[in-house]
Amino acid sequence: MDIQFLFDTFLELLGGVPLTLQLAISSVCAGFVLAMVLALFCASGIPFLDWFARLYFFVFRGTPLLVQLFLIYYGLSQFEAIRSSFLWPILREPYWCALIAFTMNTAAYAGSILYGGMLAVPYGQVEAARVCGMKRTIIFRRIVLPLALRQALPAYGNELISMVKATSLASIITLMEVTGTAARIVSESYRAIEVFVAAGVIYLMINFLLTRGIHMLEYQFSPRVPAQNNSRNIAVGGQL
Amino acid sequence: MAETGILMIVGFGEGGWGSALLSAAAMTLAVAICGYLLGVVIGILAAWAKISGGRMLRIVADAYTTILRGIPDLLVIFLFYFGGSAMVTAIGRLFGAQGFIGFPSFLAGTIAIGICCGAQHTEVFRGAFKAVSQGEIEAAHACGMGLWLRFRRIIAPLTFRYAIPGLGNVWQVVLKESALVSVTGLTELLRQSQIGAGSTGLPFDFFLIAGTIYLIISTLSGVLLHMAAIRSSRGLRRA
Repeated sequence: MDIQFLFDTFLELLGGVPLTLQLAISSVCAGFVLAMVLALFCASGIPFLDWFARLYFFVFRGTPLLVQLFLIYYGLSQFEAIRSSFLWPILREPYWCALIAFTMNTAAYAGSILYGGMLAVPYGQVEAARVCGMKRTIIFRRIVLPLALRQALPAYGNELISMVKATSLASIITLMEVTGTAARIVSESYRAIEVFVAAGVIYLMINFLLTRGIHMLEYQFSPRVPAQNNSRNIAVGGQL
Repeated sequence: MAETGILMIVGFGEGGWGSALLSAAAMTLAVAICGYLLGVVIGILAAWAKISGGRMLRIVADAYTTILRGIPDLLVIFLFYFGGSAMVTAIGRLFGAQGFIGFPSFLAGTIAIGICCGAQHTEVFRGAFKAVSQGEIEAAHACGMGLWLRFRRIIAPLTFRYAIPGLGNVWQVVLKESALVSVTGLTELLRQSQIGAGSTGLPFDFFLIAGTIYLIISTLSGVLLHMAAIRSSRGLRRA
């Protein structure tokens, strides 16, 4: 075991962390917006939109992410029309292609999770809001959306973790994020096991922090008597 | 080359890639099924360790599932392919061989997929075992069944029935994961499409076909799994 080599490798791999995080965060944020639109399509009750969203879920969840990535990165360059269009400066870059593929992929998974969350909102809640005289948009914003998000949070957390893991695929189209950097170091040093284990430790650390964060959010959103109110009541009681 | 339509590519005639793609799809299925079965074995053992193993076994099984769910599958495949090759090369050197010796990519892919999905199988089996009602196991006790008989006649069939939906989900994940094995150079579906794309200059058509074949396989296996779920719960009274 060469501690110095491991330490140097670890430091070099840390250089890939910003790109990994950047890919994960941007695609998750953009994917969330797209997912919300798709979930609304499903819930809209308009047959064409509903049908479109379901087809989208079916196609993007039924094919490997790597195939989607290759279709965008290698596949689109086949068409002269795209190569001469204004989109080419974007579609030529592996970074943007990876981002587009990850975004579209996570949108499919997150969209069906969000839609599932919306289905799980008890009808009584919506009915009560209607009785209070709320309009459809206000019901959605105040009642359905918060409840659906809370319902979806555990499953969405898993999707976030799998997105962090999925960013490793960007190394296949030459991006130098953590896995890409690791593969480069291996090709220079021929010490596969140490390097990939060090890379694994980095991913584990990222996902550990992410899991902690999701647990904290889940705790924040879980329905319970707010702790501050309790302590205030006790304090008031003490004064009396 | 401009006339080479998508139908020409999937054709079996001259210049058609149909048979190559079909055998590549078979390779995809082979590596996915082998990895999946290895994962089932690992999952059963790890679930058993978590449920009724000693403290040490439990810690090992917990560490295994935590680690494997936290690192990318691609990294595991790289680790087994390059790590395996490094080991084989080192062993080869001991026996006087020269240069780099590659680890068999099918084996590396199967082991990597098996170890990755084993972590998910562990949770599926553990959850399914938890769903088996204690009364059934108690009743088996009361009938005087020994440990092995109890496992074979009561626990295993019931656990399996509850595990089927989860097993189906893991299979869909494994099928898509098998595309990653293409990085080791194994000629499965995605690798074959890359080869085809390279030699015809039609990457979009080839990757579209590959995507469609994956979609067909996953849809068909979805139907089969649904049938299996119905069949396994026949004789159950439904509300």
